[in-house]
This record gives sequence, structure tokens and C-alpha cells, in this order.
Amino acid sequence: MREGYEVIYQKPKTLTDNKMHYCPGCIHGIMHKIFMEVVEEMDIQEKTVGVCPVGCSVFAYDYMDVDMQEAAHGRAAAVATAIKRMLPDRMVFSYQGDGDLAAIGTAETLHACNRGENFLFIFINNGIYGMTGGQMAPTTLNGQKTTTSPLGRDKKSMGSPLKMTEMVTPLDGVAFAARVSGNNPANVRKAKRIFRKALEIQQQNIGTQFVEVVSNCPSGWKCTPVESMDWIVEQSIPYYPLGIFKEPGK
Amino acid sequence: MPAKGYVEILVDTCKGCGLCVANCPTQCLALKQDDTNVFGYHYSYMSDPDKCIACMNCAVMCPDSVITVYKKKS
Repeated sequence: MREGYEVIYQKPKTLTDNKMHYCPGCIHGIMHKIFMEVVEEMDIQEKTVGVCPVGCSVFAYDYMDVDMQEAAHGRAAAVATAIKRMLPDRMVFSYQGDGDLAAIGTAETLHACNRGENFLFIFINNGIYGMTGGQMAPTTLNGQKTTTSPLGRDKKSMGSPLKMTEMVTPLDGVAFAARVSGNNPANVRKAKRIFRKALEIQQQNIGTQFVEVVSNCPSGWKCTPVESMDWIVEQSIPYYPLGIFKEPGK
Repeated sequence: MPAKGYVEILVDTCKGCGLCVANCPTQCLALKQDDTNVFGYHYSYMSDPDKCIACMNCAVMCPDSVITVYKKKS
């Protein structure tokens, strides 16, 4: 360190030093970092338990230095329910992608939300199956080209993208629902505040917390990381509006 | 006048995604076009260190958490 200077930002100690396997520019890395910053700031590292999905973030347990459990494809909500019921004093979160939470795991997700299980869903929505090579997901936008919809998603035969946050918002069990993004520094800072709010609501034990992150996939979308952030602004956010949809007392 | 801040970048874990460069308000970062790190990426470096204002935007956006930001003590 140079003389006369002080550290104002560094990697949180709750992230391990393992090199992340994510593609360059993936929002997964940003979300891992800010969520772990929140864990560090709230001093809950020792009592946080995470559930990893199947998908790109399957190795999240290598990077997040908290207790983690791997779940079968789509079943993270069921596993998180079990952990929270057995160990109610722990802070539990599931970290899932759109193929996991919105496709194969829709039933688990909706029923966990409907039962009001007290844990946090972190839903990373990049509109594509990134790990398997860029196939169409339930959240792929209308007209978006993927390897299994080479002419673009057709609303008539394939339906419209699922808006998970809007789906869970009316459920009684859900205490907090929000959608954030990681496309620019302002939105990343907002996302961090929302993660913190969600964990504070978990401490009050009043219902499920659901936070959707509008994410990117530079490899699957066939663009550079910087172009993918512009694409989020132009295409994703108009369909997936950001903001807090439900919070206690409002 | 010395810069308000500076950043340290871990060269060998940088993947050269360019998000720090795109989000730097003063354009003091750039990707090293004539060199690569051990993984073959054009890593990010401070091309114009005097311009840094220690806003932390680069570090906030870094998916691989390779950036540490230092600010001049007031």
C-alpha cells in the first residue's frame, strides 16, 4: 500500500480465494460478491446456510465461505425448507438459476412460497440455459435467439417468458419480493441493499423472501460482457421491470 | 496534484471482461492489449493513474473481485 492511502474497497473475507469458473463478465460473480459482503457486514457467516442449484452456479459452494448444501436439479427450495425447519436459527438462502427455479423447480418454488417458508430465494434470471450451451429457458424473451429457438422465441408455440417475481408476489406466504439487476454500479449497490433487507426480514420470521436478479450470459447471448449489459437495459429490463414488489407493512 | 485514489488489480485472476473499463467515469482503466496474463486474457490495468477518483465503480462491477481500491487519507 502506498503511504497516505487507505483501503476503501476489497474482496469480502467471506468469499474464498478460489478462482471462479464463470465466463468473463458474468453477473454471477458480482452477485456472489455482494451477497457475501452483506453476510460479512451482518456478521452472520457462522450461521448462514446456502443451497446450490444445478446450473452454472453449481460450484457456488467453492466460492462462498459459508455452509452450503447441493440440491438435485430444481429441488433447492425443498432442501432449503428442510434445513430451515431443522435449524430455525440459521439464515438460509437458495441460489438458483432460471433453468433450475423457473423450469424444473417451479412446483417446489411456488409451493415453498405459498407455505411461506422462511428463507431467501436468490433467483438469477439470464433468460437462457448457460451451462448446457445456450438453450431456450422459460424466461427467454420473445424473439430471442437461442440454440433451440434459432428463429427467435415464438410466442404462439412457445408461450411468453415467465415472470416469476410477479407470480409469487400475490401469494400470502411471501413477505418480500423484489427484482434487481447487476448491469451497472448503481443497480449493483441497490441489489446489495435489497439482499440486506431480505435477510433482515428473514430474522423477523414473517415469510418467504424472493429476490430475482436480471442477469446476463455473454457466452450464450453471443456478445461481449459490455454489450450484454446494454442488452439488459434495452431488452430485459423493459420486460422484467426492477423494483420492490412486496414488502412487509406496505 | 496526486490522484485521489488508486486501484490494485490481481493480474492473474483478471478475466479481461472489461466491465471495470466500461464503468470507470474517468477512463483511467484500460485492457492491456499488448500483454496477457497466465490464462491468456488481456488484463485490466491503470492506463491513466492520475485520473482515479476512488469511486469504487470498477471494484463493485468486477465479477472476479480482483480489484482493491485505495483512497487518499483526508
